[in-house]
Amino acid sequence: MDFSIASILLLDGLTNGAIYALLGMAIVLVFTVTRIIFIPQGEFVAYGALTLAIFQTGQVPGTVWLLLIVAAVAALMDLAAGLREGRGAGTALKAGLRTFAAPAVIAAVSAWAAPHGLPLPVQALLTICIVTAFGPLVYRVAYQSLAGASTLVLLIVSVGVHLAMTGLGLLFFGAEGFRNPPFWDVRFSAGPVNFSGQAIIIFAASAALIVLLWLFFERSLYGKALRATAVNRLGARLMGISSQSAGRLTFAMAGLIGALSGLLIGPTTTVFYDSGFLIGLKGFVAGVIAGLSSYPGALIGALAVGVIEAFGSFWASSFKEVIVFTIVLPVLLWRSLRAGPDEEH
Amino acid sequence: MVTTSLPSPAAGRSLPRRFGALALVAVLIALPLLPLPDFWIIQLNYIGIYALPVLGLVLLTGVGGLTSFGQAAFVGIGAYTTAYLTVNLGLSPWLTLFIGLGLTALSALVIGAITLRMSGHYLPLATIAWALSLYYLMGNLDALGKYDGILGVKGLQWFGLEIGQLRVFYALVWALVLLAAFALIRLLDSRTGRAIRTLAGGTQMAEAMGVNTLRHKIGIFVLAALFASISGWLFAHFQRTVNPSPFGLRMGIEYLFMAVLGGVAQVWGAIAGAGIVKLLEDQLQVLLPKLIGTSGSYEVIVFGILLVLVLKYLPDGLWDFVDRRLPRPPRAVDWQNAEPLPARERPAPGSVVLQVEAIRKTFGGLVAVNDISFTARAGEIVGLIGPNGAGKSTTFNLITGVLSLTSGTVRFRGESVGGLGARRIAQRGVSRTFQHVKMIPDMTVLENVALGAHLRSHRGALAAMLRTDRVEERRLFKEAQRQLERVGMGEHLHQLAGNLAMGQQRLLEIARALCADPALLLLDEPAAGLRHKEKQALAAVLRQLRGEGMGILLVEHDMGLVMDVCDRLVVMEFGTHLMEGTPAEVQQSPKVRAAYLGTEH
Repeated sequence: MDFSIASILLLDGLTNGAIYALLGMAIVLVFTVTRIIFIPQGEFVAYGALTLAIFQTGQVPGTVWLLLIVAAVAALMDLAAGLREGRGAGTALKAGLRTFAAPAVIAAVSAWAAPHGLPLPVQALLTICIVTAFGPLVYRVAYQSLAGASTLVLLIVSVGVHLAMTGLGLLFFGAEGFRNPPFWDVRFSAGPVNFSGQAIIIFAASAALIVLLWLFFERSLYGKALRATAVNRLGARLMGISSQSAGRLTFAMAGLIGALSGLLIGPTTTVFYDSGFLIGLKGFVAGVIAGLSSYPGALIGALAVGVIEAFGSFWASSFKEVIVFTIVLPVLLWRSLRAGPDEEH
Repeated sequence: MVTTSLPSPAAGRSLPRRFGALALVAVLIALPLLPLPDFWIIQLNYIGIYALPVLGLVLLTGVGGLTSFGQAAFVGIGAYTTAYLTVNLGLSPWLTLFIGLGLTALSALVIGAITLRMSGHYLPLATIAWALSLYYLMGNLDALGKYDGILGVKGLQWFGLEIGQLRVFYALVWALVLLAAFALIRLLDSRTGRAIRTLAGGTQMAEAMGVNTLRHKIGIFVLAALFASISGWLFAHFQRTVNPSPFGLRMGIEYLFMAVLGGVAQVWGAIAGAGIVKLLEDQLQVLLPKLIGTSGSYEVIVFGILLVLVLKYLPDGLWDFVDRRLPRPPRAVDWQNAEPLPARERPAPGSVVLQVEAIRKTFGGLVAVNDISFTARAGEIVGLIGPNGAGKSTTFNLITGVLSLTSGTVRFRGESVGGLGARRIAQRGVSRTFQHVKMIPDMTVLENVALGAHLRSHRGALAAMLRTDRVEERRLFKEAQRQLERVGMGEHLHQLAGNLAMGQQRLLEIARALCADPALLLLDEPAAGLRHKEKQALAAVLRQLRGEGMGILLVEHDMGLVMDVCDRLVVMEFGTHLMEGTPAEVQQSPKVRAAYLGTEH
């Protein structure tokens, strides 16, 4: 291996690593705020990439109809919950409509826009709106009533959601894979290293999102409320921060990060309805390296996963997945030795 | 199928529980003899093969509170080991079964040892990663035939008898399933089983009873994996070919689905779950593509949604409907003539058992316990009192090894025990109760109390499965009954602990602590929730224990009881030692009065 191959692999690894970093941070975010190990994070990635791909063909993406169905279910659940708690039919109806309204608007705009062949950035924006809207709905439908359950139960629910979302992906997108056009189709060369415009976009978008997340958590009231919920749920609730709205907000962010990752990864690889799972799990490896608790840790872990994967595919291409997923074991061993015996308080 | 769940030895009193299992066996024997089409025998073989890893999950997830997505991978290890070794090296399948079990145990041991020291969610995450890497490994190794797998695996033979034949193989599969199910039921109703049942509720109480929680967690993970490995061995010799796809993560998830649907804590639920999912999957795989118009594995949508619905609305699974309707007879009392358990050598009355020297605990900048020193002697009751937040419970946790000391020493019978950990300190003869009662609500009072004598007995999992542990079990129950009668709980032996009133739960904890035959007993607010009569009875028990030479350390807010039974009091305030003396001296002290009531201005 000479320097130029190494630099290409390194760049390739860091590019993928930047996407895993986004997913790893989403996973850490969801776990710290809600204690949910969000296995289906990767499904948002596939939904994002495929939704844009269908927009590109001028058709209405299946996710639009799926969004309407899930929104209707969530709205009915809100309505039923409102009636059961005896808050009056009007209030309950309003709660249901509030849940349904935003997804319905997004779906309507998307259905109208699809055949018009709008420019790529507009379609990308619509894609982000659609997939982000799934986040809070998934929380409402699958998790909200189980907020007090153990991590174990929430994990098994996550697995159920993953199964359902993968199957629905197959149903609404079909088994065909898509590769999206790059957002910026240029190549730069700096000495032996070749950059693609897409790589630059990936780095820029990841960096921008990390900064935005940092600003959100450090500077905004909502962000601080989420951090408070992550540290102490009961305390946050006593301070008037509802764990329901914290959950929905967190899942919206997870949906947003997933959609963005899907857009970023779409031009670099062919995405199938079930591709998201493996991509998301690499984000999980990064999250586990970070102990599911540290954002900088997830970032470093994700870049490491990307680089190891790139070099692994060069040296032993058929074993690259084996290598990536096996590094979890030494990482856990290191964490376990460092953690020492538990002290329960 | 009408059968039992976790029967006690007394299941004979209950017709459905006793004859249910026999009826199941009879039906299973009758089925292949009937003129049933081969298709159904094949289905039943698959259900049995699937039920084995699910039984492992019942132990691991339903009882132990841990979970694994790696069951399918362990099935794969069993299957690939026997396929590779019989096809390429011509070894006998009866030998490769054990080689497969060995390899499975080894990999489960490594994964368990690495992840189980940390919080519970690292195990499932590690098994996901591991299941994926094993899947890709199987699919890419030339020696294992890559994604095509290994073809031409032979059927099983036993001295010339062709077991590969459908109906004979059926007998083998179901004999193994029933063996595993009964082994599990016996295991859960034993000393080791009671220890396993503590795991789901956190480690604190279990460790205080001397249970090595890490060892038990690794143990159930390995045992669950071994069940899966046997299933893989059967699978390879039934299908006559292996390839990676049935051992992937998707199947690992499906095993968990079977367990949850059937009833994740129910042994018979595992078989019900495996059967329902297998039959449902076959139906959906035909029905859904026809409905939708294209082929594809759409059944995962239904499985995913069902899984979430079951967890929300039927968290105990389908088998629970059957189990709830079957009466649960009390355990037959067969231990009257059992030998008493070995007892510890008692310290001489008046000798110092506990020496606390300048112990300190800081949490960040907060000094919760600030250089506290005192002693307790055999045959003496020392009360530790002070206003709320004075650091009494923290002091307890420091003495019993639940928390680590920041500085200072704790000596028990002359030996420094600081930093030893709760289990080792319990081993030396320190026993305790908890301020917030910690027990296993779905075990009987007697079983909960028998847990206290964990360290005075030694029979393990294998003895329990083979039922060679019954002599020791009788000794344990005799001791548990004796201690329960001592605290006035003799009438509640067979009640579920979760049904007890608060005061009775505290008495249960005291009986459990006494079962450990301690030289020093630490009671954390034993009188909270007790009625007047019960308090008097408690005081009498404490005096009796003192008379027998036990050292007792008591944290209590009920001043009536404290002043009545204690020989000496240590008063704490804001983590510091305020004063020490007889109850009378403490009552006279203006310092103490100020601490409790505030000073006049």
